[in-house]
Amino acid sequence: MLSIDRTTYDAIVAHAKRDHPDEACGIVAGPEGSDRPERHVEMVNAAGSPTFYEFDPTELLELYKQMWDNDEEPVVIYHSHTATEAYPSRTDIGLASEPGAHYVLVSTREHGNNDGPVEFRSYRIVDGEVSEEDVAVLDALP
Amino acid sequence: MSIEVRIPTILRTYTGGEKAVNGDGASLSALIDDLEANHPGIKERLVEDKNGKDDLRRFVNIYVNDEDVRFIGGLEAPLSDGDQVVVLPAVAGGC
Repeated sequence: MLSIDRTTYDAIVAHAKRDHPDEACGIVAGPEGSDRPERHVEMVNAAGSPTFYEFDPTELLELYKQMWDNDEEPVVIYHSHTATEAYPSRTDIGLASEPGAHYVLVSTREHGNNDGPVEFRSYRIVDGEVSEEDVAVLDALP
Repeated sequence: MSIEVRIPTILRTYTGGEKAVNGDGASLSALIDDLEANHPGIKERLVEDKNGKDDLRRFVNIYVNDEDVRFIGGLEAPLSDGDQVVVLPAVAGGC
């Protein structure tokens, strides 16, 4: 199960809505081994595309160096789908390279940039196997 | 000659769980061959065949002293003693 606080959840949804119709992407880092998504980092989608996302390679290195310095790891890796359901695509599965992370998919297909509910779903992707998990949105992390 | 190579989580199965290993080589390509000798299987995760020639995989980023190797010669990027190499898989996908 992914436990995430309301503020971070809302910030991810807001990012996805803002970048629609392009895919939005980012991470939530947390202390190594804690499974606590504490520090939200919006990333630029270097692909700038409605059907693809990729962290900019230079920003990716900066991000990982920060995390190493802070003894953090990517607890959540998220991106949006803008015309399809919030389920990992074949490409998403093939490129997933953080077996310890919660892969969050947000779909903005219904309301785009506007207010309204989104699909927000979370998965583990390990060795090409996808398993969906529950998402608990909490007022604050315990 | 010793070059520290930072290994991402997904490739630590090849390094016995080590986050960083030492290798050597005067170029990135030589370093990868040296890594392969000590950690068999790792090369295939970094390099693919393109028209009969080795090339870096599209969705693997390698940095030498914080420079993306794509801008400093790719597999031919020169290395020297004390350089720091970081391997990071791309964070990417698409619907």
